[in-house]
Amino acid sequence: MTQKILAAHAGKDSVKAGQLIQADLDLVLGNDITAPMAINEFARTGVDKVFDRRKIVLVSDHFVPNRDIEAADQCKMTREFARDNEIENYFDVGEMGIEHVLIPEKGFVAPGDAVIGADSHTCTYGALGAFSTGIGSTDLAAAMATGKCWFKVPSALKFVVTGKPTRYVCGKDVILHIIGTIGTDGARYKSMEFTGNGLNYISMDSRFTMANMAIEAGGKNGIFDVDEKTREYIKARMNRPYTVYEADENAVYENVYEIDLSTIRPTVSLPHSPDNIRTIDEVDGIPIDQVVIGSCTNGRLEDLRMAAQLLNGRKVAKNVRVIIIPGTQSIYLHALEEGLIKTFIEAGTAVSTPTCGPCLGGHMGVLARGEKAIATTNRNFVGRMGHPESEVYLASPAVAAASALAGKIANPEELGV
Amino acid sequence: MKYKGTVFRFGDNIDTDVIIPARYLNTSDPEKLAKHCMEGIDPGFTNKIKQGDIIVAGTNFGCGSSREHAPVAIRECGISCVIASSFARIFYRNSINIGLPIFECEEAARNIKHGDDVEVNFSSGAIHDLTTKQAFRAQPFPEFIQEIMDAGGLTNFIRNTVAKNAA
Repeated sequence: MTQKILAAHAGKDSVKAGQLIQADLDLVLGNDITAPMAINEFARTGVDKVFDRRKIVLVSDHFVPNRDIEAADQCKMTREFARDNEIENYFDVGEMGIEHVLIPEKGFVAPGDAVIGADSHTCTYGALGAFSTGIGSTDLAAAMATGKCWFKVPSALKFVVTGKPTRYVCGKDVILHIIGTIGTDGARYKSMEFTGNGLNYISMDSRFTMANMAIEAGGKNGIFDVDEKTREYIKARMNRPYTVYEADENAVYENVYEIDLSTIRPTVSLPHSPDNIRTIDEVDGIPIDQVVIGSCTNGRLEDLRMAAQLLNGRKVAKNVRVIIIPGTQSIYLHALEEGLIKTFIEAGTAVSTPTCGPCLGGHMGVLARGEKAIATTNRNFVGRMGHPESEVYLASPAVAAASALAGKIANPEELGV
Repeated sequence: MKYKGTVFRFGDNIDTDVIIPARYLNTSDPEKLAKHCMEGIDPGFTNKIKQGDIIVAGTNFGCGSSREHAPVAIRECGISCVIASSFARIFYRNSINIGLPIFECEEAARNIKHGDDVEVNFSSGAIHDLTTKQAFRAQPFPEFIQEIMDAGGLTNFIRNTVAKNAA
């Protein structure tokens, strides 16, 4: 699928793995920590105007609401650049959301699009059957100047998903299982393609979660087949024409993996690597200090509903600080209307405005020396959420919520809900 | 162009959170970023190195975030180049784009030791361990990427192209 999208955007009939191409882009994006560097580089390119002000999206989401004076300056710089270049799609406090939750919600990406973003989790939009990949600030500057980006065409890994997942198993468990199987460089420079009739049991929110973490296996991008679920999602959010690309019958893959959803257990990544996985049956009982439910990986409505289902009418353990972060204002509002926020507050958790915050140890929940957190985020390298001697365990919203109640890493299946 | 320096070794999967922890990403200033280079794994690193020294690492160097601040910190603190068994993809392209020389060579990464003096020839990819007298050769860059590196990074490359078209 990826090769077809790249060929189309490079004006070629077909491309081969390893080939270097220049592709036209449908969307380019940056955030408050990557855009400032890109803005400086853009000024040095000698190009006066951005290539297309409608195809650029800038979202201040990492250190907002402004974490400190330096962060305030970075946001100011991004805001002024958007204003000076008439970039309408600049999202600030009050309107913004976490970029990879906000952008699909706003209908900015369609199947068949080619998208780059100065953020590694830009691969999220592959859930919509688009080619979407993370790049750095200079690539963003070059793209804003030219509307193009150079790529080495990736080879692909195929994941054939079958079966039906058990009650508390969602996209997060599936992708953690995959990363644990192939390793943090198992998909290095490759495209991860998801197909199979098991996709019937994987919601759009779960697909975003899975595509989001393609980068944690080193993947260039993750991409899903386009089906009825995709079309319904797109239809509700945009009405421009789009192209659905399908892999050929005889498409060549470097490896094919069979994923039987019925055998996937709730899964946890232990410190300090996303591929250091265990099933919940193997890690029960590790005491924790903090729980984070949110992020571009699991900050969507389905994630909040699952957490609320488990927290409803209960109180979190006394020794745990629980922070819940809806991914966008719209999700926050829906959660409010559905009574989820009431459930969260009554359970003794802190509910935050959308922000990346604690996921990268920025603010809104940084860890002290010796502290342990379980989080629905995407990385747990040393010092990820704060002190180098703190620890982060990665998990699904269900496992995180169950752990919040127990005060230690816990299995949602054993809660008796 | 030749680079010569003393080697500082690291292992596999050196991620961007240890190269430049996120709390320092509230600036794009290369000088400020340089002060915190490798702080997540070796807090005294910037005091130990001298201008021109070389990082040698295992597989998947630079994995994790897309933060360009990572190769910028490495370049600015005085490291002349990075040799690794393999690089994570975003770090690889960021390094090329900002003009930080990188060399992919499994044999060199496996054999060169911490503290060795090493010389690297950028155009040929020849790597010489002056301490052990061993010689290695890195994967050459494709021509297009070589052009970007020769220009000193992607921004310069674009600026040169824009200037050429305007002339």
